[in-house]
Amino acid sequence: MSIFSKYEGLASALASVTAGGGRNPFDVVIEKPISSTVGLIEGRETLLFGTNNYLGLSQSPAAINAAVEAAKAYGVGTTGSRIANGTQGLHRQLEERLSAFFRRKHCMVFSTGYQANLGTISALAGKDDYLLLDADSHASIYDGSRLGHAQVIRFRHNDADDLHKRLRRLEGTPGAKLVVVEGIYSMMGDVVPMAEFAAVKRETGAWLLADEAHSVGVMGKHGRGVAEADGVEDDVDFVVGTFSKSLGTVGGYCVSNHDGLDLIRLCSRPYMFTASLPPEVIAATMAALTELENHPELRIRLMDNARRLHAGLQAAGLRTGPQASPVVSVILDDVAVAVAFWNRLLDLGVYVNLSLPPATPDQHPLLRTSVMATHTPAEIDKAVNVFATVAREMGLSHAA
Amino acid sequence: MSETVASVSALIVKTLLANPKVPRDINGSSKIVEDLAFDSLAVMNFVMEIEDTLDVSVPLDRLADIRTIDDLAACIVSLKQAS
Ligand SMILES: Cc1ncc(COP(=O)(O)O)c(C=O)c1O
Repeated sequence: MSIFSKYEGLASALASVTAGGGRNPFDVVIEKPISSTVGLIEGRETLLFGTNNYLGLSQSPAAINAAVEAAKAYGVGTTGSRIANGTQGLHRQLEERLSAFFRRKHCMVFSTGYQANLGTISALAGKDDYLLLDADSHASIYDGSRLGHAQVIRFRHNDADDLHKRLRRLEGTPGAKLVVVEGIYSMMGDVVPMAEFAAVKRETGAWLLADEAHSVGVMGKHGRGVAEADGVEDDVDFVVGTFSKSLGTVGGYCVSNHDGLDLIRLCSRPYMFTASLPPEVIAATMAALTELENHPELRIRLMDNARRLHAGLQAAGLRTGPQASPVVSVILDDVAVAVAFWNRLLDLGVYVNLSLPPATPDQHPLLRTSVMATHTPAEIDKAVNVFATVAREMGLSHAA
Repeated sequence: MSETVASVSALIVKTLLANPKVPRDINGSSKIVEDLAFDSLAVMNFVMEIEDTLDVSVPLDRLADIRTIDDLAACIVSLKQAS
């Protein structure tokens, strides 16, 4: 028996996606980015509506220069983990910059956002503790719960009453209760009702961790995320985030006012047993953070663009989530239709993400689109027109 | 309340049969993944429904050891007795 035979179901699912000559949606190559909003795919200039580059900062000249200068000054790698030879002056500087940005006492920087969730969740919730996760949590949160030894309980998506009920069932049991929510959920772009979760946390004495991966740089007056936008930052004990979305680089972090965070450096395996970020990434991230702080208008443009895309797709008769947010997903019913729709969009020069169940909420296939502050209104209108054309071709436009 | 494995098992079967996609011939010894063709997400979502009906939370790590409907019922009964 082959070691791969357990994946026969997966192989046939993939074969059915590519049957009829369709592309493998998990194997699209962006040959080269031309700008933050346009990339070369299959030799064609293609509008990018499926990145997490919300502010367009992956192409920021200031960040690029900072990376070049840092590589020249410090080299291109650290060859070591944060607790051995991998902490350089730049790592400390970046942690101090993030602490100042979030106005929190402590910051730990990880090599990816995925590891930031893995490393904080697995270390914070120990053997006798309880982890309470939103049912639609990102894979990195679920994986963090499996790396640790806490008891894991799911609550209904974005439902603070359901969380409350589950915390009530745990009343009187020893052990800390750590609740994990996200700021903006990555599949549907829906926003957490953070104030409601903060109230439950206060009432029950639980701890609250918010993964603001998609909301930092996007929400809040200063870009600190949904906790800032909702005025409940004091109730959020730990904010986890990533550099790979609004900041345009790679890496992750956790910030907190709890002094105990420094102890986590000595027991978080995804922090301890992997190489630290290279100097050029740190320098680019700090430069991108400066851009984010100095250009609040980027957030305003981003939300204007989000509303334009959301309204345009709805006017085209497509079903989307209720809220205009930088992630706007078109919800379809049938996987084969979603696959054909996605292929046709790419033929016509628009790249979006095809998201298939079980990775999507409610078993619906999604065409996940995301906007950037750097999209022009003309680019958004063009993408909406292409969506409308394909929907008509496929007989999908419901009367709006 | 005094749930028994048999009564909880019957309740689970009844809840499952409300879903038209579930085979009609299930019973306590049906295997949740194999016989019901549930993926991991579907299992977690269906357990959530049962949790609400019986006012109990089943930690995810407990699900790893559960194969049949009766296993799930026994797990729920032991959780209820412990609380
Ligand atoms: C909600 C959420 N958390 C964490 C991550 C992981 O971040 P990264 O890709 O930077 O490792 C992602 C994105 O992949 C995400 O969507």
